[in-house]
Amino acid sequence: MRSRRDQIMAILVVLPSLALLAVFVYGFIAQTVYISLTDWGQGAALALKPEIHFVGAYNYRELFTGFLNVRFRQDLVNMVFFTVMFVAASLALGLFLATMLDQRIRGEAVFRTIFLFPMSLSFIVTGTIWRWLLQPRGGVNVLPSLVGLPPASFLWLSSRDQVLQFNWQTLPYFVVLGAALVLVAWGLWSAARRRFRAAALTGLPGLVLLAWALAGGATQLQTLPFQEPHGFNLALIGVVIAATWQMSGYTMALYLAGLRTIPDELREAARVDGASTLQVYRYVELPLLAPITWSAIIVLGHIALKIFDLVFAMAGPDNAPTSVPAILMFLTTFRGNELAKGASIAVILLVMVSLLIVPYLLASFRTGRA
Amino acid sequence: MYQRGARISRWFLQALLILLAVVYLIPVYLTLITSLKAPADINLMTAWKPPAHPYWASYATAVSKFASSLKNSVVLAISATILSAALGSINGYVLCKWEFPGARLVLPLVVFGMFIPYQSILVPLFQFMRRIGLYGGLPGLVLVHVVYGLPITTLLFRSFYAEIPDELLGAAFIDGADFFGIYRWLVLPLSGPPFLVVAIWQFTQIWNEFLFAVTLARPAYQPITVALANLAGGQAVSWNLPMAGSVLAALPTVVVYVLLGRYFIRGLLAGALKG
Amino acid sequence: MRTSKWLAVLVVSVTLVACLGAAATSAPLSGKLEIFSWWAGDEGPALQALIELYEKQHPGVQVINSTVTGGAGVNAKAVLKTRMLGGEPPDTFQVHAGQELIGTWVVAGRMEDLSDLYAKEGWKSAFPEGLLKLLSTDRGIWSVPVNIHRSNVLWYVPDNLKKWGVKVPATWDEFLAIAPTLKAKGIVPLALGENWTASHLWESVALACLGKDKWEALWQGKLSWKSPEVVGAWKTFGKVLEYTNQDAPSLSWQQATDMVVKGQAAFNVMGDWAAGYMATTLKLQPGKDFGWAPAPGTSGVFMMLSDSFGLPVGAPHRENTLAWLRMLGSKEAQDTFNPLKGSISARVDSDLSKYNAYLQSAAKDWRTNAIVGSLVHGVVANERFMNDFATVMEIFLNSRNPEAAANAAQAIAIQAGIGR
Repeated sequence: MRSRRDQIMAILVVLPSLALLAVFVYGFIAQTVYISLTDWGQGAALALKPEIHFVGAYNYRELFTGFLNVRFRQDLVNMVFFTVMFVAASLALGLFLATMLDQRIRGEAVFRTIFLFPMSLSFIVTGTIWRWLLQPRGGVNVLPSLVGLPPASFLWLSSRDQVLQFNWQTLPYFVVLGAALVLVAWGLWSAARRRFRAAALTGLPGLVLLAWALAGGATQLQTLPFQEPHGFNLALIGVVIAATWQMSGYTMALYLAGLRTIPDELREAARVDGASTLQVYRYVELPLLAPITWSAIIVLGHIALKIFDLVFAMAGPDNAPTSVPAILMFLTTFRGNELAKGASIAVILLVMVSLLIVPYLLASFRTGRA
Repeated sequence: MYQRGARISRWFLQALLILLAVVYLIPVYLTLITSLKAPADINLMTAWKPPAHPYWASYATAVSKFASSLKNSVVLAISATILSAALGSINGYVLCKWEFPGARLVLPLVVFGMFIPYQSILVPLFQFMRRIGLYGGLPGLVLVHVVYGLPITTLLFRSFYAEIPDELLGAAFIDGADFFGIYRWLVLPLSGPPFLVVAIWQFTQIWNEFLFAVTLARPAYQPITVALANLAGGQAVSWNLPMAGSVLAALPTVVVYVLLGRYFIRGLLAGALKG
Repeated sequence: MRTSKWLAVLVVSVTLVACLGAAATSAPLSGKLEIFSWWAGDEGPALQALIELYEKQHPGVQVINSTVTGGAGVNAKAVLKTRMLGGEPPDTFQVHAGQELIGTWVVAGRMEDLSDLYAKEGWKSAFPEGLLKLLSTDRGIWSVPVNIHRSNVLWYVPDNLKKWGVKVPATWDEFLAIAPTLKAKGIVPLALGENWTASHLWESVALACLGKDKWEALWQGKLSWKSPEVVGAWKTFGKVLEYTNQDAPSLSWQQATDMVVKGQAAFNVMGDWAAGYMATTLKLQPGKDFGWAPAPGTSGVFMMLSDSFGLPVGAPHRENTLAWLRMLGSKEAQDTFNPLKGSISARVDSDLSKYNAYLQSAAKDWRTNAIVGSLVHGVVANERFMNDFATVMEIFLNSRNPEAAANAAQAIAIQAGIGR
């Protein structure tokens, strides 16, 4: 019934789209990776035909270990902290709002719209608005003075205070330790499911790595010849607040819809079995929301890792305390004329996003097949 | 006893929600009152006081300043939305109902494209755009948004079309319909809701986009986000203008959300709940 | 015979070409002229006046005013660079005169030499020699300056100083001596704004500590960034920073100037566009409502920066651009543009009666002072150095360690091809 002609037609129809994506996504990524492995014209990067030399991983090594690239490393730390805090805050607030709205509240539609509308804004608009709200001598800082209290003086976006500091030198050690623990855990999990070959393949290298790390081997992996403190910049709190204001409506909508798909019989059955409201929530509803949480983490997480416009509009490109790699790439490329280094930053950004996305894609398309 | 407790907690809940809604609306309040103040009346200390006399000139100035970039955004967002939705629909149809060898592999590769940070393709992109002569104008921007919109539109249409039972297609085959016939007479008439969802999504995404806009458009073709960022980031900001500009830039997408939000949520869930 | 015949042909064709060339220059220009700049807002009217002047001289040319503002100038750079990388230059673009132009565009072979234009228009005597040196390399002169701004200026309100009983400090030591008194009165001794204004302050402090000759030696790679003099400049800078406002990074330069005007701060070091802001936007009277002096320790030295336009290789309407450049260098254009922009003419023969009190005093200094170039505004170092210098400043602001900053600066100077 399906003719061969139709089948060929189907392929011909998608082919242009696939070809475009092959070029625009994979072709261009390959080109960026190539640029990142060169010195791209050095001082004369903007020549029509720049002189190009292959330099291997030099740019990457510089970014992680060159002492002038301290800003890149702090930007990377900023990005990770921002991502974790923003995703956690959006999930928590979204779940809270959804749970409340799920109580058959009066005016639910109005509340839903109010919580959701910030999502429709551009990050540029959000950033512009919140820049005004977070002016150190105005905005939310003068709110206390409306009730007669002295105004606050927190430097929302420009504070140089840092908490949760750690030494960059210790990072490789903890990365190795973490990787070893993950491998060991995976091995144990496989062993528990009687998949002994898989257990051996992951568990044994994990144990070796763990032993090596604990024996002090990994401490020799110092990337920097000097101590370099990095930590969570308090200035990022303002950005987290603005981003959460914008995106918590999204998680709320997801959770709300998730709650609505839970059949009432299930709740009733639990209640009949003597579960309290809280217990129903904890043991019936929350577990059913887990898949939603995962997809929200993916969506919000990749937005957070790529964050650019929001910080650009809120704090400007030159405000180091709130800077992230996406902004640094922009400055390095277009102001510093260092195209190769900019490309390296972009590739690192891509790798970070891929670490989050690829496992998700693999998992969801594998189950899709099942 | 139980009844009264429930009522109290209900009141408490309602009050808490109202409080939260107020908090969510604070930025809106501040934006609106600041946009209605004369530049001389804008003072950090009195930021929270509404203006004694609304200063509508902010909006008149903002409209005249942003007229051309608003027009650019409208042209850009509408044409790119229509094109990417149309392509996404036919792609979704093929990838869902006409699986060819390797299609299972292609789909994650396509979807990956919607997650990439665009910094990682930016430099090759504008060099390529220049080479094909589409750098700087709206057609080039439309092309870029269509291409990078393909992953999400394809994915959304594919998950919608998965709901169309294969038996229905089988019946159509028996009636002698071919590839395009089925699309035209069976799939397309069922595609109203997905088109709406995809259109809302793409329209907001494209309207709000900044990075491509700032690097790929010549000044004459700047979309509204760039114009707003330029105004707000420029020197000597009198804040009434960026605020009025923010309102103008936000209006179209907010209206879309308020009017069509429920379809949008439904669409999001189709993806999220499955994932 | 044969040779003379060929010679005749040659002569005829040369004359023909010359005539055509002459015809081309004398015939009215037509087509378009795209001018790329980041001038908008307060600076928009000054640019508009130039465009009107050009349109009057060349009514056949359609001027396209491409302005990209915002993002602290980064947006304009991003757009210009994507265009140039794509091989699609505008007819002319605004660029800071000096290394910002040379280090990015001239080394990349993207600009045309303007020596002929300078010779033909007699500009070599119209512009001061110190300026010409900063605009040129050994291979040519690369842009036409339309204005001159001064970077090393100290601003204050005379009446406030009288009220607080302090005098304008002539050196940074004097400043550091009076600063505690001001601070005790709850007055910020020195108002500061966002990140680049800290670098702006740094260049005035460094010029004071190094003096003219060593400042120049620094940029010629003859003085090490690790030398005691430069480390000393960082030390002084650190001491001065102690007397600035806490919320500096969130203020624009105008807001920092506002602090002085409102009596919240005593002084502010800013380029002389601040005079334009106070005189035009705030409607203050120069000399009475606000006063100025060379930044402490820099009297007799004019640290300049200049907006200029050049001729990119492959400009689509080359003749129109040349006409634009020719006009920009003229006395008429400079004296039209600068009173509106709040800057002075780069020429030494400008008509001072068109300028306000501040600008007249600046013009007098321009003609008599020693001229050096600004770092932050693109004269003495290339963009790579400028971009990395922001990181050095970051390192200093976080650590307050002069040696660390000096070491980092030396490293970036080597990377950017300045230091040895």
